[in-house]
Amino acid sequence: MMRLPKFEYRAARAIEEALEWLGVYAPAVDKDPEARAMLMAGGTDVLPNMKHRIFTPKLVVGLRGVAALRGVSENPNGGLRIGAGVRLSEIAASPVIRERYQALAQAAESVSTPQLRQMGTIGGNLCLDTRCNYYNQSEFWRRAREFCLKKGSEICRVAPNGNGCYAVSSCDTAPVLIAFGATARVAARAGVREVPVASLYDDDGIHPVRLREGEVLTDITLPPLAGEWRSTYAKYRVRGAFDFPIASVAAAARFEGDICAEAHLTLQGVATAPLPLPEAEALLLGQRWTPDLLDAAADIAYREAHPMDNTSGTIALRKRVIRAYTRNALASLARQRGAGAA
Amino acid sequence: MGVIGRSVTKIDSYTKVTGAAKYADDLTLPRMAYGRILRSTHPHARITRLDVSRARAYPGVLDVITGADLPRLYGIMPTTQDERPFALDRVRHVGEPVAAVCAVDEETAEEALDLIEVDYEPLAAILSIEEALAHPENQLHEETARGNVMKEVHLEFGAMEEGFEAADLVREDSYFFEGTTHAPMEEHACVADCHADGKITLWTSTQTPHYVHREIAKVLDIPRSRLRIIVPPVGGGFGGKCEPFAHDFAACLFALRHGRPIKFTLSREEVFYCHRGRHPVKMILKTGVKSDGSITAVHLQTFLDGGAYASYGLATVYYTGALLTVTYKIPAYKFDGMRLYTNKPACGPKRGHGSTQPRYAFECQLDRIAEQLGLDPAEYRKRIAIEPYTETVNGLRVTSCGLKECVDKVVEASDWDARRGNMPAGRGLGVAISSYVTGAGKAIYWNDMPHSGVIVTIDRGGGVAALCGSSDIGQGSDTMLAQVVAEELGVDPLDIRVYTGDTDLTPVDLGSYSSRVTFMAGNAARDAARKLRALLFEAASVALAVPAERLEAADGWIYDASAAEARIAFAEAAQKAEAAHGTLSAVGSYTPPKLGGKFKGSGVGVSPAYSYTACVAEVAVDLETYDLKVERLWVAHDCGRALNPVLVEGQVEGSAYMGLGEAVFEEQVFRKGLHKIPSLLEYKLPTIYDTPEITAMTVETMDREGPYGAKEAGEGPLNPIIPAIANAVYDAIRARVDSTPITPDKIQRALREAERAGRQVGERQEAIAR
Repeated sequence: MMRLPKFEYRAARAIEEALEWLGVYAPAVDKDPEARAMLMAGGTDVLPNMKHRIFTPKLVVGLRGVAALRGVSENPNGGLRIGAGVRLSEIAASPVIRERYQALAQAAESVSTPQLRQMGTIGGNLCLDTRCNYYNQSEFWRRAREFCLKKGSEICRVAPNGNGCYAVSSCDTAPVLIAFGATARVAARAGVREVPVASLYDDDGIHPVRLREGEVLTDITLPPLAGEWRSTYAKYRVRGAFDFPIASVAAAARFEGDICAEAHLTLQGVATAPLPLPEAEALLLGQRWTPDLLDAAADIAYREAHPMDNTSGTIALRKRVIRAYTRNALASLARQRGAGAA
Repeated sequence: MGVIGRSVTKIDSYTKVTGAAKYADDLTLPRMAYGRILRSTHPHARITRLDVSRARAYPGVLDVITGADLPRLYGIMPTTQDERPFALDRVRHVGEPVAAVCAVDEETAEEALDLIEVDYEPLAAILSIEEALAHPENQLHEETARGNVMKEVHLEFGAMEEGFEAADLVREDSYFFEGTTHAPMEEHACVADCHADGKITLWTSTQTPHYVHREIAKVLDIPRSRLRIIVPPVGGGFGGKCEPFAHDFAACLFALRHGRPIKFTLSREEVFYCHRGRHPVKMILKTGVKSDGSITAVHLQTFLDGGAYASYGLATVYYTGALLTVTYKIPAYKFDGMRLYTNKPACGPKRGHGSTQPRYAFECQLDRIAEQLGLDPAEYRKRIAIEPYTETVNGLRVTSCGLKECVDKVVEASDWDARRGNMPAGRGLGVAISSYVTGAGKAIYWNDMPHSGVIVTIDRGGGVAALCGSSDIGQGSDTMLAQVVAEELGVDPLDIRVYTGDTDLTPVDLGSYSSRVTFMAGNAARDAARKLRALLFEAASVALAVPAERLEAADGWIYDASAAEARIAFAEAAQKAEAAHGTLSAVGSYTPPKLGGKFKGSGVGVSPAYSYTACVAEVAVDLETYDLKVERLWVAHDCGRALNPVLVEGQVEGSAYMGLGEAVFEEQVFRKGLHKIPSLLEYKLPTIYDTPEITAMTVETMDREGPYGAKEAGEGPLNPIIPAIANAVYDAIRARVDSTPITPDKIQRALREAERAGRQVGERQEAIAR
């Protein structure tokens, strides 16, 4: 069986404790990349990556015992606060999320398998490492192939002539939270900062999550949704369970009568970061959603999606799916509204 | 009441569902060491230097084993011995074992692997059938007579030329079947120990303890009497555990050298490198038919991508030709097969061994022929179906055959007649049939001894034990033995203790392959149990003063069939029988009849009986994304007789599931010689969400030679699934995908080509009209 490398494990009971332990190793990062501390919530991404020797932290700081990371609660303004340590299974089952932020419940429910949703958390999902068929392999495999740009080499095996790493953003909840305009609270020893979820992600496959060394993602805040909001998450993967998204669409929109008053559309699984589609959003805004309009929005999605050959499925398939799923997702919102589009 | 034909609970179900069953990896012995294997990172290379001294010196390391320690060649087929447990001077695929480190724990062994220094001098790698043919100068095995051709077969039966001349329609089509792997839930694992007397015991997850026994003793150069193979509960095999592997040899050698137990447990990735799975096969199939559809001649050519070693490949290449003839009336048949060496993990037997690929091709081509002749494809298959108790053109003896009944069942259950042709766009129905051997008629090494032996003993308390060398890999063969013995002796099958897969204690059974165990071990068990029953009835006859011919046994009693109150308890009868005859033990065995023609290769394909299956598949294709969803499968299987209906149904459903995966998802594919996706996350086995409702139906034909009429159910039902799905896809989109797996991109391409061809036809017609 695959064994874990040796590491030290410390179970934090409070965020301050986790921050302190992270700080112990943070200064050494530049000198020795192996000598780092990593956070672990459910462990469903960290542990397999450690078995593959993709992550080889000296210290793993466990967050499961941190009570402050748990719970879903209503904010006075009508929004929702979700602790980063809330399990994906809880998100999927939460009545308030199912009622008001339907796409988030759908996204959480679509992650992997029941066992992994029971362990995995929303914070962990947001911090999921990007994925690539050349990267998510055992050390033996990567050695047989020569290492990739994201781990140990100067050359990307997917696009040897490209200028960066093309590993794929694969977390299901991020595009939905971005479509909802959610924010994330990040704690550091210096203090707390609040950032839009969208700005957590960099278009850089190697360092996809914009958390600074020594920071802990603690809460997600969903804004209040006033008016007639509808949302959906359409996920494509080869199989009906277990697989990461390889072409997904998160859509959220507010309608005033037949007219779209706000529209948010984010693709996932086709780039190194969740991919918002402002051009398509602008097209949909202030319009009655006719089939032709939805086709035009789907065409934009098709054009903007540039998947690489580094996941299951093929580039052509994923692009086709992006077009179909974008149109179908929008159509389902329009239908929910009874807004007249097919 | 009899127990044959009843869905008796599996006798090992309690230990398995409670987690109490001890699989090989669950075994722990005092002072046990752990082994890990260093594997080649090159598809083809010469080993110019191998230095294990640093690994040997690493604290906690007990031994390092390399090719030089086990230099003898082995191979599961006696005539194709081309493999060593560890590479000696050359590696032929990524993942090939180079050395094993034995250490006090797994982490230490793993760490020490990094200290082994290997210098490789890369050689040109052969990675496809085409490359193997184009580059005979780049040989994998210098002993091969011709380039990389591991085996070539040419067989011809009946009058081929006349056959094609008499045909009203001759079709030639090419097909490709992609390689797939078994993916059993349990990764290979073993524990070996050796006592002071030099006798080794190996507990290993295997389907074939007898063959493993032979090969390991040979390579270790020890008498077989000093080696004992025990099969613990096995978590699935599907053909992938039919040979000894490097870890088995290394464990035995370590135990022998150190007198200390050792365990090896492979990772999932290593199982992908062990492989021995379904061969990728290119097929060119030419079939001639009369206008009524009757077949006049068939010519099949197969090219097998065999991987780096022979494994069972000699049998596989013959199997790609042998079983095409047992489903339809074929008066003339020609087969040309060729298996090639390539720098990939060796292919071998996987459920349906070698017959799955050509069956896919044949059933797809017949669908085309039916369409061209304007025949309903289900009705057409019945029209040309082989008759029971006949002989095929290549000398295979067919006994019971429920093929037509199977077709009728799936046609009725799927409402075929009403629905086919009336489906909305993108939806379709397809049909296919198949047949499979019920046990290979010949052993891997030819001999005149029985293929299966069973010992049954009865103790003074009425306890019954059955011993057989078979290996229950989850299919329920232990339960089958219990049911057969229970039926004959009239006791509860759950009371019978079944001991299997122990080369010291149990008589030889050739193993769980070629769907042979129910038929062969079942007959052997019945033979043994009947001998004991005769002794019991004799004693009971005296005690009850009833003629033995009138006695029957059931529910723990032996009684007068015409006056049931005259009865004696089973245990009491056993005591009386033991007093009269001595210790109660009987041996039964089964040897298949002499079968097959007199030509070279006639040993493959012969079987005492053939199972038959029909399948109808319903699919839906998304006409925008070209995503394919298999929505329903109806499968009817002629298993002769269902000794345990629930277990038969389980085998049919499992086969359908496996066929589904091969039809739409699975591919054992490589990039520059490295497996692209050696994990269960990326090698796409269907999940429950991808698996449609499967309607499993049984047709009982009561085979004359099978135990209580039984034939096989473990492999045959897989074969028609794949072509039925392929034919349903055609029905859905009116375009053919002639390779597996049927992916969305292939569907799109097929539609584009069909459109282009249609346009050309249209343009031509327009031109003619002008």
